[in-house]
Amino acid sequence: MKKFLFGLGLFAIVIAWLIVWTLLPWPVILALAIVLGLWLAFTRSGRRTLSVTRVGLSTLAQRLGSSSVIVIGIAGVVGVLVAMLAMGEGFQTTLRQTGSDDTAIVLRGGSQAELNSVLSRDNIDLIEQKPGVAHDAQGHPVASAELGVIANLPKKDDPTVEANVPIRGVGDEAWTLHPGIRIIEGRKFKPGLRELDVGQGAQKQFAGLEIGKQLRLSGQEWTIVGVFASNDAYESELWGDAESVASAYRRGSSRQSVTVKLAQPSAFDQFKAALMADPTLKVDVSTTREYFNKQSEGLTKVIRVVGITVGVIMAIGAIFGALNTMFAAVATRAREIATLRALGFRGWPVVVSVMLETMLLALAGGVLGALVVWLIFNGYTASTLGANFSQLVFQFRVTPALLWTGIKWALAIGFIGGLFPAVRAARLPVTTALREL
Amino acid sequence: MKYFHLIWAALMRRKTRTIFTMLSVLAAFLLFGLLNSVRVAFTSGSKSVAGVDRLVVTSRYSIIQGLPQSLQAQIANIPGVKLVDHANWFGGIYQDPKNFVLSFSVGPHYLDLFPEIELPDAQRKAFDADRTGAVVGEALAERYHWKIGDKIPLQSTIFPQKNGDKTWPFEIVGIFKEGKNGANGLDQVFFFHWKYFDEANAFNGHDVGWYVLRLDDPKQADRVAHAVDALSANSDHETRTQTESAFNASFAKQIGDIGLIVGAIMAAVFFTLILLTGNTMAQAVRERIPELAVLKTLGFTGRGVLALVLGESVLLLLIGGVIGMALAAVVAPGVSKGSGGMVQLPPVGAGNWLQGIIVMLVIGVLVGLLPAMRAMRLRIVDALAGR
Repeated sequence: MKKFLFGLGLFAIVIAWLIVWTLLPWPVILALAIVLGLWLAFTRSGRRTLSVTRVGLSTLAQRLGSSSVIVIGIAGVVGVLVAMLAMGEGFQTTLRQTGSDDTAIVLRGGSQAELNSVLSRDNIDLIEQKPGVAHDAQGHPVASAELGVIANLPKKDDPTVEANVPIRGVGDEAWTLHPGIRIIEGRKFKPGLRELDVGQGAQKQFAGLEIGKQLRLSGQEWTIVGVFASNDAYESELWGDAESVASAYRRGSSRQSVTVKLAQPSAFDQFKAALMADPTLKVDVSTTREYFNKQSEGLTKVIRVVGITVGVIMAIGAIFGALNTMFAAVATRAREIATLRALGFRGWPVVVSVMLETMLLALAGGVLGALVVWLIFNGYTASTLGANFSQLVFQFRVTPALLWTGIKWALAIGFIGGLFPAVRAARLPVTTALREL
Repeated sequence: MKYFHLIWAALMRRKTRTIFTMLSVLAAFLLFGLLNSVRVAFTSGSKSVAGVDRLVVTSRYSIIQGLPQSLQAQIANIPGVKLVDHANWFGGIYQDPKNFVLSFSVGPHYLDLFPEIELPDAQRKAFDADRTGAVVGEALAERYHWKIGDKIPLQSTIFPQKNGDKTWPFEIVGIFKEGKNGANGLDQVFFFHWKYFDEANAFNGHDVGWYVLRLDDPKQADRVAHAVDALSANSDHETRTQTESAFNASFAKQIGDIGLIVGAIMAAVFFTLILLTGNTMAQAVRERIPELAVLKTLGFTGRGVLALVLGESVLLLLIGGVIGMALAAVVAPGVSKGSGGMVQLPPVGAGNWLQGIIVMLVIGVLVGLLPAMRAMRLRIVDALAGR
């Protein structure tokens, strides 16, 4: 009964610690580490702990095989977790960077995505004249009525897969509206011609998008004349003249969305109110930041949930691996620990030293896993189906915050894997342990 | 088999260690069970037996471009085509934009193309007779608590009606079950009449989204596919005709190389697992060296000892692995349900079990081999003397 209660108590400690640990911000953890360091260096019991830990660490070389189980096991968990989270982060950031607070996008009401929307020429003219829209030096509204269509193009890494690549027909103002976009090779398309500029991301992912190449769209030949870069979702697209795209896809004078530059970010409310007040218009309007953020929500959530679920299951496996290793380590050192206890060392230094050893190994694993993922995946380019039923090219982002998350996980696994063996070591009756072998 | 109790005794020699190792194995195979079916589904496309005699005809240029209705009669005339009909994407949502409904407007014979759709005859007749009638899959009906006779308004994100209203009224006249061998997710679909859609639609221009055709003989798929594509070659609506599974696979691949991601995760999991169980086995053999020497003294051959140790590691993997995969089989439907259709985990099928057991055997032999060799090469005298 007493044993059971003790076990229950330990379990409660583990749970409580896990909750606190996940909530702690890094400065608190840093402070804790400093306090621990000071205790080890400057107090009597701390110095004892340190010396016991040193003995443990010095025998590490003899148990290289079993210690590497902890390191590699935890590196695996952290690696998979950080890689998955980096994928979600990259996807989300790409879409987030696309939007801004000082541009607004207007779609037909209830459309949700550009692909579903249609706006007639009359509507577009009305929208562009509403108050709140910025005007250029000549007094024209800064607005771009755009058309999004899709073309099937083979992927570069697997030509048997034909992916939906987004093609955007844009007006002249588009280049002003999206100041982040710059031509890095070739030139801009000429209005009225069947010419396309390709995003850097699209060019990397899909075959046949080099400058000078011909592309067959809707039965017509189009020429690639330039490459642009923007570090956001537009990089996944091919851009052409709206008139030419509309005629190729028989869209007449209708467009799918209007993006306008707002006079200032606060003018959005005025612009929105004006659109809503107009009975001839049935449209939805949002700032582009809001529009693109919304697109990233669903998939980002799925990736996070899957990543964390897989991480938790792997972590459970790794905890049992660590437990095995540390129980074995404690068992081989049972006599030595018992001797220390017989000399008058108390239980605490033993507990802390075993925990420290496990957590150091765990830290090594966490750093290794995080480092490997950072080397392989930071900037790794991938693509998936986005909201417009077309490919969105994005890059994995292994951010410092994610690396820190990985290391936190590693230390949590180390804590649990070390706690039980440490307590066993401290509670071993001295006489029994001394008699063993 | 007669040495089973000996192997068992060796495993139970250190209960805690064995149980911890088994729990690690269990975690690894729980992941394997959950993920491998996903990987298979994404790498090989839908292998449902029911779809082998179906071809899908879409626009060559992109999924958003329609095909003329006139193509249907021409396709039907191609020898080897049993039945052909068309459908359109509707993009329906129910009440809230979050409640996406996989909805298609379909031609009058479209449902006949899918024998795995099990719809009672009376309900089928009711569907044919009702212009605004709709038949829905069982799972979908369950999700929104729809019953036969319910009047359902669906909003289309794409198509408004001629009067500008984006809400389309429907009446549920049938609820179908997904028969054996059906593709995963068919029971989430909402079918209604293309005629209703086309007549009330503000701007579709009477094009259809795609055609599905059934073949007399699946072996003629290539010939018929070429014949269909030849009909519209060099026109402004060229087509691409593929088998249903190829169509599904290419679509799945667009979401991303899920197969590669899952494969990489599993590689990391199993690499760690091999290291971990390998370590356990090495420990187990190391501390039993005197016992193994005694066995040899009793007349066990080197090979016999090798087999004992290998049996031990394989048994360890099998017990942990089978429990893990069984757990996955129990958990997978719960995950699919709990995520509200966001994550669809295919059930853990027989193929998966087979693959899983092969992996268990391979890893078992792999991690047992080095310790077992050590046990086999033991020299009795040295081992007993503790040298």
